[in-house]
Amino acid sequence: MNTSWNCTLINQLNLIIAMPNDKNEILNEITNSDYKYGFVTDIETEFAPKGLSEDIIRYISQKKEEPEFLLDFRLKAYHRWKEMKHPRWAHLTIPAIDYQDIIYYAAPKVKKGTSSLKEVDPELLKTFEKLGIPLEEQKRFTGVAVDAVMDSISVKTTFQETLNKLGIIFCSMSEAIKHHPDLVKLYLGSVVPYADNFYAALNSAVFSDGSFVYIPKGVRCPVELSTYFRINAAKTGQFERTLIVADEGAYVSYMEGCTAPMRDENQLHAAVVEIVALKDAEVKYSTVQNWYPGDKNGKGGIFNFVTKRGLCKGSYSKISWTQVETGSAITWKYPSCILQGDNSRGEFYSVAVTNHYQQADTGTKMIHLGRNTSSTIISKGISAGFSNNSYRGLVRVAKKAENSRNYSQCDSLLLGDKCGAHTFPYIQVENKSSIVEHEATTSKISDDQLFYCKQRGIDTESAIGLIVNGYAREVLKQLPMEFAVEAQKLLSISLEGSVG
Amino acid sequence: MLLQIKNLHVAIEGKEIIKGIDLIVNEGEVHAIMGPNGTGKSTLASVIAGREDYEVTEGEIIYKGKNLLEMPIEQRAREGIFLSFQYPVEIPGVSMANFMRTALNDIRRYKGLEPLSGSEFLLKMEEKKQLVEIQSQLTNRSVNEGFSGGEKKKNEIFQMAMLEPTLAILDETDSGLDIDALRIVANGVNKLRRPDNAFIVITHYQRLLEYVTPDFVHVLFDGRIVKSGKKELALELEEKGYEWIKKEVSAL
Repeated sequence: MNTSWNCTLINQLNLIIAMPNDKNEILNEITNSDYKYGFVTDIETEFAPKGLSEDIIRYISQKKEEPEFLLDFRLKAYHRWKEMKHPRWAHLTIPAIDYQDIIYYAAPKVKKGTSSLKEVDPELLKTFEKLGIPLEEQKRFTGVAVDAVMDSISVKTTFQETLNKLGIIFCSMSEAIKHHPDLVKLYLGSVVPYADNFYAALNSAVFSDGSFVYIPKGVRCPVELSTYFRINAAKTGQFERTLIVADEGAYVSYMEGCTAPMRDENQLHAAVVEIVALKDAEVKYSTVQNWYPGDKNGKGGIFNFVTKRGLCKGSYSKISWTQVETGSAITWKYPSCILQGDNSRGEFYSVAVTNHYQQADTGTKMIHLGRNTSSTIISKGISAGFSNNSYRGLVRVAKKAENSRNYSQCDSLLLGDKCGAHTFPYIQVENKSSIVEHEATTSKISDDQLFYCKQRGIDTESAIGLIVNGYAREVLKQLPMEFAVEAQKLLSISLEGSVG
Repeated sequence: MLLQIKNLHVAIEGKEIIKGIDLIVNEGEVHAIMGPNGTGKSTLASVIAGREDYEVTEGEIIYKGKNLLEMPIEQRAREGIFLSFQYPVEIPGVSMANFMRTALNDIRRYKGLEPLSGSEFLLKMEEKKQLVEIQSQLTNRSVNEGFSGGEKKKNEIFQMAMLEPTLAILDETDSGLDIDALRIVANGVNKLRRPDNAFIVITHYQRLLEYVTPDFVHVLFDGRIVKSGKKELALELEEKGYEWIKKEVSAL
């Protein structure tokens, strides 16, 4: 089973970012073109055989030296998954996926417990350098600290010391399972149960790695925590699992970024993210999703089928999702909040861009269970080319959730006349003291706006970039500074060639 | 010669609006184009700027020795043509600063110049804001969003100051302005006048011309320039009204 190929990998990189950027840099620079993350890294890799079976799951679990409870969790999920069917209710056309034609475990050959960069494969370092992520300690002047996790094995951790002093745990899921099994056992699957849905069950059975964050009582995490995911390996699925627990009164801001190489075949990404916020805790989760979207004709690209859910378990807790979705051939994703604690609050800010033949069905669920709970949904969809972009959102206010409030705003922007924008709001209110508001608009970039920009010397593509960024600003301003800059550029790049 | 319009005919949706205009504008000159509503003043401005809804059916426009009508809109702008819009457009969420920096750097790139750094840009913006006397918070707001009519027009003049055009066309920039705003707009124009640039001021009234002294005044009527003269023509028009022109034209 231990083949070494000159092949590619799934990479994951955990980052801790401490400093805001120079404000002037934010002002502008929209020039890039094409999908610039489409390269492939050659690195020695260990693969599991193709396909999915109980044996493969045991193999993964054994490779990762997991405790019994996890193997049980995986097997239970696997057996339930076998009986499940993939969801069909989304406004998506998904080609048949052969789950036996996917590699479920791929790990780069890295010495375990690597602690110095010298021991890290230079190819790996180059990969992250190309991605613009500084791995070397010397580059820490910006305050960016790095915990790189390739495939399943943690490669590099810095800044850990600082966090350790505060009792903050930020590590790969594999490490967490080894070193903090009690916490993992307590919270894993507590927000997204192993049989929650088809893709979550698949993830529960085969998840390879992901990040684990624990912020202890009363601690405010002083730095931005970040994980950078990269799919590199051909024929390989990406099944990361992230668990974030904020204990009473804790605060953390977590960011997630994703890229993948350009390939003709589709690749499956089925991740699960669980967040638990205890009393008075706050978790801010930001995503810039830029998986390879496929080419202009819709060939290739990532299937991004992700389950993200946060539980506001304690009173006055708060979970905020911000996502900028520009990549993937197909996106199926609904970061949600269960507002269980009284006075808890959920937020969802989303910009989803589809171009060419991309499809996205994305939105959120706000489940109000506690009293005086509140939620805000701001969704900005942008469709271009032949793409289809749907917002799907559920606001549910349970009987006991008295005096709850929701405000939803769903805007769609259309570029061209071959694309589609759809809004599917579901509203269920079971008491009379709550207020739910929903606003929706659909607009196009007007010729007058384009003419105005061009008359000032701005070319069409930059003009669209400007207008679209302006349209999405309400969401972008929720992002941490570094991400906001990246996201602005991404929005412009994603829409290149969409008009004229 | 900066701009030469030769026998220009323009139609919109098959309807002829401009029916043969000839005009020469040299560097250092200010031309006022006056005339009643619906005679083709704004159409002329739009055609020079390159708006696509208009069809040039005959004639040509030579700008800096080049065929202007072949240039895309943004290239005309980068070659120094600026249009102060009669109805400036709102672009929600895009700050004036970001908008201007994008425009300025696109123009600089076209000219083979390095983009301005953040601080250079901010300095330039401060300088121009003072020149055209606009409040500093205007540049922090989204482009024209929620601006009053007067603010929008002042903002056009500010953009003109920032982009330093060779040929600026002011399309009824004075309409709807109170006397203070009018003065600010006019001062802006006067401060930006140089021997190497030119202005075409399109206006309905003589009012603006009390502050901005034109070298030439042209009266546009029914798609043609029916009378040209020095600044005194504007006063004569004000005195006798457009009816006078109509009578003169119909007498021909």
